Amino acid sequence: MSVSLQLAQTLLAILLAPLLMGWVNQCRAWLQGRSAPPITQPYRTLRKLFHKDAVIAHNASPLFRFAPYMIFACMALAAGIVPTIANDLPFSPAADVIALVGVFALARVFLALAAMDIGTSFGSLGARREMLVSFLAEPALLMVFFTASLISQSTELPHIVETLAHKDFAIYPSLAFAAVAFWMITVAENARIPVDNPTTHLELTMIHEAMILEYSARHLALIEWAVALKLFTYSTLGIALFLPWGIAPHGDVAALPLALAAMVAKLALGGALLSFMEAISAKVRLFRAPEFLGTAFMLAVLGMLIHFLLEV
Amino acid sequence: MPVAFLADSILDLAWGVVLFWLALGGASLLLHGSPRLLTRLVFPLGALGALGIAGVGVAGLILPASAMVLPIGLPDLPFHLRLDALSAFFMVLLGGAAFGITVYATGYFRSMAAGPLALLAMWYHLFLAGMVTVLLADDAYAFMVAWEVMALSSYFLVTTDHKIPEIRRAGFLYLLIAHVGAVSLLLAFGVLQGGEGDYTFNTMRLAELTPFWSSAVFLLALFGFGAKAGLVPLHVWLPEAHPAAPSPVSALMSGVMLKTAIYGLLRATFDLLNVQIGWWGTLALALGLITALYGVIFAAVQSDMKRLLAWSSIENIGVILAAFGLTLIFHTDGKGALAALTLTALLYHALNHAFFKGLLFVGTGSVLHATGERRMGHLGGLMRAMPWTAWLTLIGALAIAGLPPLNGFVSEWLLLQAFLFTPGLTQPYLDMVVPVAAASVALAAALAAYVMVKFYGVVFLGQPRDPALRHAHDAGWPERLGMLWLAAGCVLLGLLPTQVIGWLEPVVLMLTGQTLPGAGSWLLLAPVSTERASYAPLIFLAVVVVVLLLTYLWVRRVYHGRVRRSDPWDCGYPEGDARMQDSAEGFGQPIRQIFEVFMRVERETPDPFDRKPHYRGDSRDKLWLLIYQPIDDLTAWLSKQAGRLQHGRIQWYLIYSFATLIFLLVFAAR
Repeated sequence: MSVSLQLAQTLLAILLAPLLMGWVNQCRAWLQGRSAPPITQPYRTLRKLFHKDAVIAHNASPLFRFAPYMIFACMALAAGIVPTIANDLPFSPAADVIALVGVFALARVFLALAAMDIGTSFGSLGARREMLVSFLAEPALLMVFFTASLISQSTELPHIVETLAHKDFAIYPSLAFAAVAFWMITVAENARIPVDNPTTHLELTMIHEAMILEYSARHLALIEWAVALKLFTYSTLGIALFLPWGIAPHGDVAALPLALAAMVAKLALGGALLSFMEAISAKVRLFRAPEFLGTAFMLAVLGMLIHFLLEV
Repeated sequence: MPVAFLADSILDLAWGVVLFWLALGGASLLLHGSPRLLTRLVFPLGALGALGIAGVGVAGLILPASAMVLPIGLPDLPFHLRLDALSAFFMVLLGGAAFGITVYATGYFRSMAAGPLALLAMWYHLFLAGMVTVLLADDAYAFMVAWEVMALSSYFLVTTDHKIPEIRRAGFLYLLIAHVGAVSLLLAFGVLQGGEGDYTFNTMRLAELTPFWSSAVFLLALFGFGAKAGLVPLHVWLPEAHPAAPSPVSALMSGVMLKTAIYGLLRATFDLLNVQIGWWGTLALALGLITALYGVIFAAVQSDMKRLLAWSSIENIGVILAAFGLTLIFHTDGKGALAALTLTALLYHALNHAFFKGLLFVGTGSVLHATGERRMGHLGGLMRAMPWTAWLTLIGALAIAGLPPLNGFVSEWLLLQAFLFTPGLTQPYLDMVVPVAAASVALAAALAAYVMVKFYGVVFLGQPRDPALRHAHDAGWPERLGMLWLAAGCVLLGLLPTQVIGWLEPVVLMLTGQTLPGAGSWLLLAPVSTERASYAPLIFLAVVVVVLLLTYLWVRRVYHGRVRRSDPWDCGYPEGDARMQDSAEGFGQPIRQIFEVFMRVERETPDPFDRKPHYRGDSRDKLWLLIYQPIDDLTAWLSKQAGRLQHGRIQWYLIYSFATLIFLLVFAAR
């Protein structure tokens, strides 16, 4: 039962991730006064890309062709760890939140290495900027998880969700700091404004796009899908940590439909909020990004410190 | 008593391997006429000895401690040897890493001239023998003799290419700091024996020291072993000396020799001293974190691949020392289980570092052998020409970056877990130290990934920055075997953490008096309980592999696998050539810009009208300027003052003698 629930939940995440991306794009188009693409546009793009012939540079190494599959597998694994609708994940003991950070890092390192593989100026530029953003975002994310783990005495996501969702209502100031930090990290790690712009192809500003310039067809499709999955995983992570109400507890099958509805509503709201924040902010200069992330890092550490000082 | 007999015989075996290595060293001098015999016979036999030491270590972890007295040394001062769990663990580390490195060396030194090769083979085996004797020594005399043998033989190994002035200078700096450290150790042992006049470790264990003298011992040991380990600010020799040595020697020095300092620190603090004081831990933690961050920041701005790895060793030693500090804090605070957890993380990380740093250093050795180039800005694209080296080095790079499911992640995971159990420490200020420490460890780990992407991306990926690199030859079979051994170590240590932790248990029990509760199974690593935290690398790997294969098959089956080759797209820019890729300096530029306060940056930027524009950016260690330069200047000034006494005129010297005589007579008459 729980194994099938685990599989169903992971598959659902993989299949629905592009939909969230489509929703965010749609919201953003509305906010910018453009006519919006249909919400299923990401699926069409993926289908188109899968049908195309892959064009690969002459000097690409096997690493270049291997990386998209690796990145996709990492993101699928990450999606499998995070409780979306049910808390009953038999796979979750295999990887806790620290391992989750490790999975994201693994995918990122492969993407950066693949970007440097062809040896174009844009590829290495993107790789360097991506690693610059991540060296601050990754410890900040870890600190956010630490705050949640200290409260729930566990680094297992189902246990964290269980504690945070079913405890008597209490206000944790540390979690407030962690939530702000987590929002900033999500923005940075998913290549959104103000750190990166997912739609730009202007060389001065791009980070993520610069890394995947050389990819085409099925490889690009896998990477785009992985990107959508990453946004989805981060969103569900945020929900699991800070708005966990409604996730079906262990062994409660009857709560599943309600949990699904709650998750769809929360994701829709979160996606709309993300596009709204993007619409009202401007992309910052590259060397402002470390300041932005440094702030996130400091907030996350402060959250942990506050937990030690006030809540123990 | 068959168990005691077994324990005694493995100690005999360990000493036998030491003698065997000494004999090999001697034999290599005799074989100086036949380099083939040296590489085909002496080094493989040396590798066999390393395997024997690893076997002795594994047996020593299971068997009880045993001791013996050797009738060598000074009269009344024989060598005492002892093999207990702590020594045994470090012997596993030494033997395991040294086996791979020595197998690699059989191929690596093939093209060396016979004379220098014979000398090198002698020092190499003497170095190995010295390190094992350090681990076995049970009295201060034997320890210091072995310690000096290790320092001197590695000095001669560093200066193998002594015709290059920089290498001579690096060797001298190494020798100098090694001896300053050794003096400090000598003093530490002097205090430790507590006025008994007996320098065996057994006497030291029984000596009752006041807290003041205990602290003095700890500080002296921290200084002395820190100088060997590369603790900031005693690290300056490390990025000079480690890259100067031939690559297998760099691998041994970084992977193994630095760990003997960790061994010494653990031995002195937890075994020889019978009380530990809390603030020692805070000091070690702070120094370790500073070392880790300092090392990784400087690693990110290096443009010489071996220097980059040397700085990364400083970072790893910093992490190990931070774990040491935490262990001390928990141990003195009465949190035995936590101390056991951090000590496990410490030992695990030391073992991991021996394997991945060894692998990376020998990987750069193959690159150096094939291209004759250490500067990353002249390399690139070696993945195509040297696939074996490149793929095996990739494993090392991913492991050192702390990525699951490889070994670097496991020790990092264990260490981070320790921070999460800290609430409830009796010292309130520690509650504030711990989050900051956790953040620093996480930051250092994330920067390590930056460093490794830079290292691997610039050297092995991209286009070759020199056309000749297209024809670089890959490593030969002995080199490949050596690298395979080390890479297999990285993978297995990553995939089987519960087994490894089981082996570490006797060491942890010996030093902290407690073991981990350990709730996991062979598949699931759960140091405390499964509700709290768990990690199962085998399942992790299985899921990644299954998803990867399913995706691959699905994409191929449902769509197609057609591929067209063309020129790179590069935003439609047609002129891109190898020089437009990021250089090592370019890749490190963001880090240099952010952390410029720690460095003295020298820039040479071209004039717009230069015919041959040249850019150079050099980031130097500010600590050299702040600490070592004044000492250097002071020494020079003092020598100059002393030099005034010397005129070269005989009458002056006669007056000096006369004055001394008068002075002594006055002194004697009183």
